[in-house]
Amino acid sequence: MGKTLFDKVWDAHVVDVIENGPQVLYIDKHLIHEVTSPQAFNELESRGIPVARPDKIVATADHNTPTLNQHLPVKDLLSRNQLEQLTKNCAKNKITLYGLGHENNGIVHVIAPELGFTQPGMTMVCGDSHTSTHGAFGTIAFGIGTSQVAQVFASQCLLLEKPKSLRVNVNGKLAKGVLPKDVILYIISKLGTNSGTGYFCEYAGNVFEEMSMEGRMTVCNMSIEMGARGGMIAPDETTFEYVKGREFAPKGAAFDQKVAAWKTLPTDADAIFDQEYSINAEDIGPMITYGTNPGMGIKITENIPELEDASFEKSLAYMNFKKGESLINKAINYVFIGSCTNSRIEDFRIAAAFVKGKKKADNVNAWLVPGSQKVAKQIEAEGLKAIFEAAGFTLRQPGCSACLAMNDDKIPQGEYCVSTSNRNFEGRQGQGARTILASPLVAAATAIEGRIVDITKQIN
Amino acid sequence: MEKFIQLTSTAIPLETENVDTDQIIPARFLKATDKLGFGDNVFRDWRFHKDGSLNESFPLNKSIYGGSILVAGNNFGCGSSREHAAWALAGYGFKVIVSSFFADIFKGNALNNGVLPIQVSEIFLKDLLDKIQADPTLEINIDLENQSISYVNGEEAFEIDAYKKVCLINGYDDIDFLISKKDKINAFEATR
Repeated sequence: MGKTLFDKVWDAHVVDVIENGPQVLYIDKHLIHEVTSPQAFNELESRGIPVARPDKIVATADHNTPTLNQHLPVKDLLSRNQLEQLTKNCAKNKITLYGLGHENNGIVHVIAPELGFTQPGMTMVCGDSHTSTHGAFGTIAFGIGTSQVAQVFASQCLLLEKPKSLRVNVNGKLAKGVLPKDVILYIISKLGTNSGTGYFCEYAGNVFEEMSMEGRMTVCNMSIEMGARGGMIAPDETTFEYVKGREFAPKGAAFDQKVAAWKTLPTDADAIFDQEYSINAEDIGPMITYGTNPGMGIKITENIPELEDASFEKSLAYMNFKKGESLINKAINYVFIGSCTNSRIEDFRIAAAFVKGKKKADNVNAWLVPGSQKVAKQIEAEGLKAIFEAAGFTLRQPGCSACLAMNDDKIPQGEYCVSTSNRNFEGRQGQGARTILASPLVAAATAIEGRIVDITKQIN
Repeated sequence: MEKFIQLTSTAIPLETENVDTDQIIPARFLKATDKLGFGDNVFRDWRFHKDGSLNESFPLNKSIYGGSILVAGNNFGCGSSREHAAWALAGYGFKVIVSSFFADIFKGNALNNGVLPIQVSEIFLKDLLDKIQADPTLEINIDLENQSISYVNGEEAFEIDAYKKVCLINGYDDIDFLISKKDKINAFEATR
């Protein structure tokens, strides 16, 4: 029997197998940030254990950082302390840190691909569930808890049970205005938020083959929202072209050698998955969520389903929506374009193309938060900043920002926010805030109209 | 890590499904650099109203309920990988979480902090929730050695990874184990 992409990468990283127990998996790249690392550093220090391979760790400050006036000292004392801890811990352990203001700083899942740290066939971990993003490169990448961060610090390995395999095939032609975000929101809405638990998911089919690397990252990013530890897409010419020439990618003959190895990674034709689903691209439309988990999504043209279920009703009560109603024409006062799901240059190009020559509605606060310093520079260099500013949008500095609202970027109590982020949990964007997940195109259109509109009418 | 072998306790029922780690511990409480004090803020926005007053209807606030077992709806612990959720539940005093389904990362985080996640069938869960609500003094027995959860007129066996079971019973953690594999890890690195 043939092997899957996941099997090939996993098997190449197994150091040891414990009888009736987990496997010892070697980790090629460990990404860390200020929120989930301090307790791991403390753990090692209290036990007198050194960091095993500091050269395989890259650190950034992103979760807890302000998106305005980053040149000034961070006002929130607890946040500042957390950032200082990261700086101290990295200096002490000789770990590369791209701190606030550094030209390579940004959201961990935006900077690692951008700098060429993320490469096909690797194992990558980070104390952040959206580490699944890097699977877009044919990489086994997944989020871990802080105890596991400490384990990787101590040994460069993790003890894990090998997950089962799942494949989601999407074939056909996507309609105009249907973006990678819509594809993944549609998949999660159909399969459910725990359909992937215990699995690693491969996305296959012409829709993903034709997608850009940035689109593939958006898709893999949200694998965790259906419970899957990670998602993967087979590396191909699009992948190699993206990696080529990036700062920390192999160069010259070394790169060619790597490409030859990467070409052997895709799933064999006769490989069998534990679970498999197929979706027609034609069935997917621009999506929007109406509830408090990412599986509660509908096509923007559809009505909220009518289910008899206590958790479903609790969710609608929180959102102040009714069963059976449409979201079209709902007034929206906040729009957020950002997060590790949708804060790359293509996302801002899509938003800018729609916004160009228009003005945002007076009632709307439109926040744009680039995923990295590099994306921020590109927004300016391509003239997008001027378009956004003319339309009345606020372009802020890079970070996780209103995706999880750890900093000051909070949506007020009771307000709706159409957001390109990944989670619409209760209070995710601020206490009492109501999040509606959507693509950058739907978010941009909402900002212009000040209400949710049927984007399919505007683009056809 | 504290050893876990056996437990008899009353339980707190939380019927809600898809309880995500943002509810268990909201992001604004993740600014600490140690593991202490998270228990004070467990389920913060469900335990307290926006004005800071106690939400009397939330099960953790009902004086009839108590104990170190939380019995929760399907797909508990989904969402963010924050281990702070496990620290918050442990800090509040929970030693066992019972649900019909757990999210992967949360399950691992709980085990790494001596909190035992017990996955039971939907039928068992529903019956258990009903029984606790009918009689909050109901005692539940957890026997890790024999992998069984039981109460009057109800018993079910549960699965746990054999390695993790040994860790819990002895209070070991993965770091010690991984460091003991140093030679194999070095040999593996040498082949790359």
